[in-house]
Amino acid sequence: MVNKSRSSRLDFINGDEAVAYGAKLCRPQVIAVYPITPQTIVVERLAEFVANGLMNCEYVYVESEHSAMCAAMGASLVGARAFTATSSQGLAYMHEMLHYVSGSRFPIVMMNANRTLAAPWNIFGDQRDSLAQRDTGWIQVYVENGQEALDMIIQAYALAENDRVYTPVMVNLDGFVNTHTFELVEIPDQHDVDEFLPPFRSKNAIDFTNPRSFCITAATEWNTEFRYQQQEAMNNAKKVIGEVDKKFGDQFGRYYGGLVEEYRCAGAEVVLVGMGSVVGTSRIVVDRLRDLGVEVGLVKLRFYRPFPVEYFKSLSTRVKAIGVIDRDLSFGYEGAVASDVKSALCSTEVVPKVINFIAGIAGRDITKENIEEMYNRLFNLIKGGDEKELQFIGLRWES
Amino acid sequence: MAKPKIVKFQYPQSLQEMPLGPSAAAGLLTEPNAGWRIQRPIIDHAKCSKCLLCWVLCPEGVIDKENEELEIDMNYCKGCGLCAHECPKVSITMVGEGEADGQ
Amino acid sequence: MIKAKNLTDIEYLYGHKACPGCGLGTIGRLALKILGARTIVALPASCMSTVTTQYPQMNYTVPSLTMAFAGTGAVLTGMSVGLKALGITDVNVLGLAGDGGTADIGLQALSGAVERGDDFIYICYDNEAYMNTGVQRSSLTPIGANTTNSPSGTASYGEKKPKKNLFEIMIAHRIPYAATASSAYPYDFMNKVEKTKGIKGPKFIHIMCPCPTGWGFASDLTVEIGKLAVETGMWYLAEYENGKVKMNVIPKTIRPVEEYLMKQRRFRHLTAENIKLIQEHTDSEWRLIRERWLLPLTR
Repeated sequence: MVNKSRSSRLDFINGDEAVAYGAKLCRPQVIAVYPITPQTIVVERLAEFVANGLMNCEYVYVESEHSAMCAAMGASLVGARAFTATSSQGLAYMHEMLHYVSGSRFPIVMMNANRTLAAPWNIFGDQRDSLAQRDTGWIQVYVENGQEALDMIIQAYALAENDRVYTPVMVNLDGFVNTHTFELVEIPDQHDVDEFLPPFRSKNAIDFTNPRSFCITAATEWNTEFRYQQQEAMNNAKKVIGEVDKKFGDQFGRYYGGLVEEYRCAGAEVVLVGMGSVVGTSRIVVDRLRDLGVEVGLVKLRFYRPFPVEYFKSLSTRVKAIGVIDRDLSFGYEGAVASDVKSALCSTEVVPKVINFIAGIAGRDITKENIEEMYNRLFNLIKGGDEKELQFIGLRWES
Repeated sequence: MAKPKIVKFQYPQSLQEMPLGPSAAAGLLTEPNAGWRIQRPIIDHAKCSKCLLCWVLCPEGVIDKENEELEIDMNYCKGCGLCAHECPKVSITMVGEGEADGQ
Repeated sequence: MIKAKNLTDIEYLYGHKACPGCGLGTIGRLALKILGARTIVALPASCMSTVTTQYPQMNYTVPSLTMAFAGTGAVLTGMSVGLKALGITDVNVLGLAGDGGTADIGLQALSGAVERGDDFIYICYDNEAYMNTGVQRSSLTPIGANTTNSPSGTASYGEKKPKKNLFEIMIAHRIPYAATASSAYPYDFMNKVEKTKGIKGPKFIHIMCPCPTGWGFASDLTVEIGKLAVETGMWYLAEYENGKVKMNVIPKTIRPVEEYLMKQRRFRHLTAENIKLIQEHTDSEWRLIRERWLLPLTR
């Protein structure tokens, strides 16, 4: 591990602020953000940076989230590095534009504060909003804490703007749990970030010496090929994610493991798969159980798209059961993450059993007791016990 | 060159030849609109005063004012007849495609 | 003053697939001749984008962007501030949107962009319906028009609501420059586009674009119909600048609306009573125009 960092500084900030610092360090040229709880602090902190001359960018007061993504796209189209942020209803509002931006290959980075979608109304955190955007062609990463939030904003630009990728990246923080929790975060030095992330020189921007028409109509005869190209870019991203992670670690001393991080999975009979802040809580439970001699492990799914299919196939021979924690539910079936995990496993020689745990909906705590209960149920399953494939954790009553 | 010309477009032969994202070179024409026409404009240059109203109004921009006499790009004239209808000198006649020219 | 012989021979919009006689070809060509090659044009879903950007044939020779329907105003903002952030100053950012993409689904984004004061030119070419998708009514469809979703029938005379007044909506934003125009008055339009070049901030031109296919008239009558609209008071040519409205063309006598209506298939079903209704509406609009914009001139 080579730590080439000069002087960074520690600050006691919340996740939103960490995102704001991360964005500031990336020197975006256009910021177009519309406020929505619990992302508002990102909007405010960035505005303060601009108002105090600490950021040299155009800060746009867009009148809606749909317009925020349109404006970010317009900026990227002329060759500027663009940043935006949203949550929940706002993310849903810009849904059309998510497809548009990924399809036209603009490397925009967006922070999303995971918050449940109405109705019923609720401002607290689950992952229904971003998981509902699964098919929009955006790279999606889920962070565990404030430090990772800041670091992933920087890595997101390096990933998005990579020649082999040119795909927009969504950095997800759990609403309130990540966004509003204060932690000690190391804020890298600007010069170090400049070295890691050079200025944006777009390969997909307007050039008057070589005029092009963008976002054109591709008829039936050609559309599939453009989609194939998008898929290839996502496949490339799987490799680039690892490269960026290593380069970041070499520069700043923090490695995150790329697509997936395994926590104490060696020799584990059962593992839980989680995304976001629940991973932090789960680590503590794993440590406790391991101390008691119980062989459990934890899989931190960092990138939901591109989905680490190869990793899960390799996991199939090493564990007997997998519990997938979904802070979401695709009504009429199951959690989105569980579906994707199960489909990755369905063609392996040995197929571990899977329980889908629906937990943490609309800000409901996933406690250490809940997590331990999940491991217990996984053990019950592999011992031949009766366990439903889909289980709501902490539900008041079952039918 | 004032007007784009028709080119034989070379479609991408591999993934590597695809543009980065759905974009395409601007001002690239691959086929004429001539087949749309059921009538074509014939200018009587003796009556034409070069007021250029037809050139201004033409929705297709097919009238060429570079030379002494106005010329019309028949690859792209759709035969709408606006020029003939608006010419203050009534110097343009619309003649059915396939009929003999007014010349 | 614009003179045709001084205008460039370069065609920046050429070979497109619009219907014969359609005003949008004239509008696009002339606007770009005035603005020049260093123009980026954003086109939302509309006739204009559909007839000009079908891979691989691209009919604009300047860089263009085909945009999502609702977001023209916002993408113009994005391009305008992006260029500013990059220190690029001599580029025109132009939006060419239809009536639906401006007054209906695009109104919010337009309002936001104008309120922010970003630097762009927005030309709404108004063919008075969602023509591209098959002549469905928009909020700029005039009273009595037969469209495919406001058809005339035994129980209806067609569109019931008057045109939304975009010109006045822009004035309410105190936009630096707003104007109405018509493809039938090309020099007036070109002078207005020329004027926008010298103004910083948002500029808006609402240009009537008669549609042979949707309105139902022969392709060579586009200019005649456009002129009749102004001569019968159903459309007016005006500008708003520096807090004042200037009417560019005031017909000495405004001819009866029937002369305009009966020349188009979309109005041919109207009864005398319907026409009277339309005449009353037009008269009432002109009373307002006279009170607010014309009378002060005579004091």
